[in-house]
Amino acid sequence: MDSPGIVIGFYMMAGLVLGSGTLVFLARNLLHALAFLVISFLGMAGLFLTLSADFIAMAQILIYAGSISVLMVFAVMLTPLASRDNGNTIYVLPGLLAAGGIATFVGFLALDTSWSGPATDFTTTIDLIGNLLLGKYVLAFEIASVLLLFALIGAIMLVQISPSDPEEGEGR
Amino acid sequence: MTGISELIFEIGLVHYLIVSGSVFGLGTAIALGKRSAIAVLMGIELMLNGSILALLAFSRFPQNTSSEAGLVDGHVFVVFILSVAAAEAAVALALSVLVYRKRETVDLDRINLMRW
Amino acid sequence: MSSDTRPATPMSRQIAEHRSLLDRALGLPKLVLVALSVALIGFVISQILIGYMVVSGQLDGKWYDIRDFGNAMVSLSDAINSSGMDSRIASTLTYLIPTLLGATGIVSVVGGWLLIGPWAERRLLAKFQIRQGPNRTGPFGLLQSLADALKLMQKEIIIPRGADRFLYFAPPIAVFIPAILGWAPIPWSPKMSYADLDVGVLFVIAISSLGVLAVFMAGWASNNHYSLLGAMRTIAMMISYEIPISVSLLAVVLLTGSTKLSEIVMWQSEQGVWLIMLIPFAALAFLFASTAEINRTPNDIGEAESEIVAGFYTEYSGMKAGLFMAVELGNAILVGALMSTFFLGGYTFFGLETWIPGYLILATKIGLVYFLFVWIRATLPRFRLDQLMGFAWKFLIPVSIALMFLTAIESSILVRWDAPSFLSLGLIALVNVAAAVGLTFVWMRVLFRDTDLSAPPAPILTRKMGGLQAAKVLRG
Repeated sequence: MDSPGIVIGFYMMAGLVLGSGTLVFLARNLLHALAFLVISFLGMAGLFLTLSADFIAMAQILIYAGSISVLMVFAVMLTPLASRDNGNTIYVLPGLLAAGGIATFVGFLALDTSWSGPATDFTTTIDLIGNLLLGKYVLAFEIASVLLLFALIGAIMLVQISPSDPEEGEGR
Repeated sequence: MTGISELIFEIGLVHYLIVSGSVFGLGTAIALGKRSAIAVLMGIELMLNGSILALLAFSRFPQNTSSEAGLVDGHVFVVFILSVAAAEAAVALALSVLVYRKRETVDLDRINLMRW
Repeated sequence: MSSDTRPATPMSRQIAEHRSLLDRALGLPKLVLVALSVALIGFVISQILIGYMVVSGQLDGKWYDIRDFGNAMVSLSDAINSSGMDSRIASTLTYLIPTLLGATGIVSVVGGWLLIGPWAERRLLAKFQIRQGPNRTGPFGLLQSLADALKLMQKEIIIPRGADRFLYFAPPIAVFIPAILGWAPIPWSPKMSYADLDVGVLFVIAISSLGVLAVFMAGWASNNHYSLLGAMRTIAMMISYEIPISVSLLAVVLLTGSTKLSEIVMWQSEQGVWLIMLIPFAALAFLFASTAEINRTPNDIGEAESEIVAGFYTEYSGMKAGLFMAVELGNAILVGALMSTFFLGGYTFFGLETWIPGYLILATKIGLVYFLFVWIRATLPRFRLDQLMGFAWKFLIPVSIALMFLTAIESSILVRWDAPSFLSLGLIALVNVAAAVGLTFVWMRVLFRDTDLSAPPAPILTRKMGGLQAAKVLRG
């Protein structure tokens, strides 16, 4: 059914995502964890490409690998004394147990159910997505834009150093 | 025997769902088990990525192929998830910078002012 | 003694004894000259012949237009498919061979530019400043970049104390990935494109946002304040100038109605107009913002050598520093290619592409944009960080978003209105130029309405210390 390129690509990308995701967990340094996280996001974009979701793959690279990780970089740099360490809490064992439980549950469900659908081959997704976004889902689209605007204003309001309050400005 | 080789060499919905579940689980482990607020945020982003992968896989292997436009519904959902993730990351990182200014730490175990 | 004989300073003697490139080219051995000119004339005649055969339809259906390497790849895969191999092996081969050949082609084009580019830039800068430039190594100093690379490779690799080993060694390699990947969607001829993606414009934007992280990692891992400062400046500048780039490319997509780079070029070729004529502000914003994105003068504050030693790669030595410099150049020609593809008609030149190969036209355009970069570097001083950020956020982003809305209205009218294209496109061009000039003027008036430009504000320190008041009292 699939060409060998897709199969090889899927396994490579899945290995990249899971391996670097594990390294995010294991890395001692927070910035190393961040670097592995970026690699994991890129591998995820590769997985999206094997699903022939080219627009989403590009959006993934642009938003996750390009913007959110840069935001995290800024947060790490603005909290200089606190956030170099990637240590664990006492909840690491319950966390790992929950992780294993979720992965096993989803894997079992996926293997147990008989999925019937054939694969659809999109020639291009970008115009379909555009039509849906400005047609059927236009209200949600507008609400998402308002949400982004509020997030922008809220983030600025939160970290703003007001000049009248000198004590606030001594954070660094 | 053929079932196993088919499972390995025929990439289907199952494979993507397994990867998606594993990534979601990894994200959960990181979000629960890490001390730094920024690392917790990384875990949450990984969880979102796992769910995005599941959505895209379902829209690639649809169970109900009634209309062409309905096939990319998953992609549209993903667009909204991406925008929510961006907003969430911006606000959460602003909050952690703010907490650092007040408390000189982003260690979640030591931010315990509201504890009872 | 006539009055116009001046004392012969070394400078004036140098100018008087200066021989141009043409003079020295004519001084080459006769045999070389004859061979070169014969080769040139033969090339031109053969291209004109092929162009004539294409236009008169003799090549159609019989043999491919051999100048387009995309056609060669098609015939190669046809040959593989018809050779009677196992279908799985054949499909793998048709997939693998063009991929490898194309990748080799892109890498060798970039590598060739990396060898010639620094020499060209230094020679041109020298011409702008009435100097000689590198002229010792090889003919006209052409081997200068090779010598530099050899020198850099021999240097000792110094790792600063306290540096983060993993994050210190990864960036010089990682920073090359977007610089090479960005060449993938660029069309060199009608069928000659490595990966003609449906989402080519998005791909370009996404790839260009990846370099930021490598720069940050380099600056942070060096354990040096200058490096960190340079990295912070570069990141702040890059994420600010990504927005004007995206908005101006959005204007391109709105007009052409496609995110495929080959279709953008085809639209320009069919309408017989370059997009820089229709949306000049978007083109200029793209050019300026990309000089910021790739760290070139006048926006190279990330590695401003007069302020912070070499910015984010202060602590790198040997070939690692060389890789950072090479990436800068590679990005410059990549931006040249994108600029030519989006705004300058790509591989087309008003019908000339039938007569000479499209990739030569594109290479010429890349060279011209690169010359523009060198010209800007020789002319403009470096901006300050706050000036740059203010320019991006206060001027470039609002004005380009407003003009993008105007372009959206125009393109929706263009789709519905059934007018001859020269009329509608001419109207669009006129309206856009007028709107760009008017908006710039009005917006500047709004921004600087409280500022008395004839009297610059006094420095804050003086004002706080009461120095100005004291001076007034003294004077009064």
